Amino acid sequence: MIDMIKSFSLSRLSRDDKPIAIAATFILVILLAGTVYTLERFGSAPLFSPTYLIQQLQIGSFLGIVAAGMMLVILISQIDLSVPWTLAAGAMTATAVGGEWALPAALAVGLLVGTVNGLGVAYLRIPSMIFTLGVNAVMRGLMVAQTGGFAPQTKATDLMRYIAAERTFGIPHAIFVWLAVSILIVIMLRRTSFGRSIYAIGNKEAAAYLSGVPTKRVTIIAFILCSVLASLAGVLLAGYSTKAYQGMGDAYVLPAIAAVVIGGTNILGGRGRYLGTVVGVILIVLLNSVLSIMEMPEAGRQIIYGLVIISMLLVYGRGETATS
Amino acid sequence: MSATKHSDWGLRIRQNMGFFISVILFVIVYFLYHLAHPKGFSSQVLVQNSNEVFSLAMLAMAQTVPVLLGGLDLSVGAVMTLVDCLASHLLEGTGPSVGFGIIACLLAGALAGFVNGCVVVFGRIQPIIATLATGAVYMGLALFLRPIPGGKINEDINWAMTNALGDFAETVGIFDDGKAAWFQPIAGVPTALVLLVLVALVTWVPFRRSVTGRTVYAIGSAEGAAYMSGLNIAGGKLAAFTMAGLFAGIGGIFMAIQTSSGNADIPMAGAYTLSSIASVVIGGTSLLGGTGGAIGSIFGTLILKVISFNFRVFDIAPLLQPLFEGLVLLAAVSLGALSILRVKNQLELFR
Repeated sequence: MIDMIKSFSLSRLSRDDKPIAIAATFILVILLAGTVYTLERFGSAPLFSPTYLIQQLQIGSFLGIVAAGMMLVILISQIDLSVPWTLAAGAMTATAVGGEWALPAALAVGLLVGTVNGLGVAYLRIPSMIFTLGVNAVMRGLMVAQTGGFAPQTKATDLMRYIAAERTFGIPHAIFVWLAVSILIVIMLRRTSFGRSIYAIGNKEAAAYLSGVPTKRVTIIAFILCSVLASLAGVLLAGYSTKAYQGMGDAYVLPAIAAVVIGGTNILGGRGRYLGTVVGVILIVLLNSVLSIMEMPEAGRQIIYGLVIISMLLVYGRGETATS
Repeated sequence: MSATKHSDWGLRIRQNMGFFISVILFVIVYFLYHLAHPKGFSSQVLVQNSNEVFSLAMLAMAQTVPVLLGGLDLSVGAVMTLVDCLASHLLEGTGPSVGFGIIACLLAGALAGFVNGCVVVFGRIQPIIATLATGAVYMGLALFLRPIPGGKINEDINWAMTNALGDFAETVGIFDDGKAAWFQPIAGVPTALVLLVLVALVTWVPFRRSVTGRTVYAIGSAEGAAYMSGLNIAGGKLAAFTMAGLFAGIGGIFMAIQTSSGNADIPMAGAYTLSSIASVVIGGTSLLGGTGGAIGSIFGTLILKVISFNFRVFDIAPLLQPLFEGLVLLAAVSLGALSILRVKNQLELFR
């Protein structure tokens, strides 16, 4: 018995599992705190009901898909700030093209943006932080020019509605999409040489290069995957809210980065498990939801949000100081 | 002797290529703007431009210092907004209370930066993610101070700071209310521009020459080597983030004075933060740290802003403006990529 407890104790966990365990515990804390509040206030405990949790997962699936792509880019110690308008461009293209070509067209937009990002970062060696920022500005410009700066009048297609909002056995299809993306990413990261190359580049790009890893190709593919996933999230979000709108992606980039980092992925790349990103996404979505149930004003929400990120990282995200 | 001097200049120009390119680019584009503007080369246009540029220029200076460390400060926009909201409460009165208000606002900005530094140094969290989190906290505090936009600023200050030096002298009552004969040649200079130059001269130039400033550059070049050389790493980082907070605070005060209100606008704070990064890069500071400077970042801001000024006079369809701005930004940052053409060994690319 004692052995069992010991094997579950934090110190026995590997470096990558510890953040996941702590973040998962914190999710329970959030749910319990929220339940105490609702019991006190309304005399009911809806937070542990399947309906509520499934609804949160549905909302989380959009952030989850964005964060999955963001994680790949962070793992190679880059970052993708073009996500907001790639997401919006995917959604706007899908609703504008319509019909059966809606989804392929949107993913093609993601493919294109990702290729540009990848070429700029891998071949021109421009820091991704600033290059993707520029690409984001260009995408915004293109979308404003195309839509005239207003919300497009087009509607989401039936297929988009189907994969984003409709349910089978009471489970929204968006969750299945997130699950499918997650399984593919986990297999890719753990079982393919491409996945191992991603970690190798994140740890030491020069060493990976000298070991024969095609670093440029891997970098480009990682950026392509990130942008394609962002545009997929855009399609889903448009399907969920039945339309595309300006700035629909703005609320996704920083939470995605936060989710990845809360899940234990090193912001400098090379380390982190995909499960952590999923846990990070759920944590952020639940935190937002519970705070809004508590009728916390925006000011308090921002403060708590920031403090949670800092305190989680203080527990397990501390780097080493340079000593040589 | 003259030969060494000559090569000194050559070296200096080569080392600060990005800076000199941005200065030349700015001069050309701004000259074109004035040529095309119906009221070009007038004090009025200059005043308007200076007022629009000032806050972002301060944020660009703020962003420069952590970038020199090899880090990034994603909270500069939030600190500016926080101080903006604070100023809209403190700068309402008259006389000495305004003076104390300004000092309190400066301290608040510096304190916010110092807290960032503490999280980075003692918490040992990467600057980009630490400031992402503290930025959310500062934004929350700003929203707490101003849940809805509002507040008021002393009107005299608003008038004095956002016009030409002549109006400043008249409001303050110096130099015969700004009518002294010797004062006339400079009476048309925008107050904001003078303030910008003053801030750069009084804070940045001494900082850069101090041991702490040099430490910041050394940390950005090679933190391990800086540590082995006995430099105060923690002190340098704390000073860098505190400077960033102070500059962002000055930007916030001016924004409050200019708009005569406080507004805790989350998207605006984010946009300012991102523009500050763009300004820094266009101004010739490397995101890897160690090279560049705040003066370059000011010119980076000027270029960014002058390009959008040009859209107004050259009659480009408003719907195409964001696209052009994006393309210019992308082209400007891609200029930095030209240096890879000189790389002879692939391994030099990895740093």
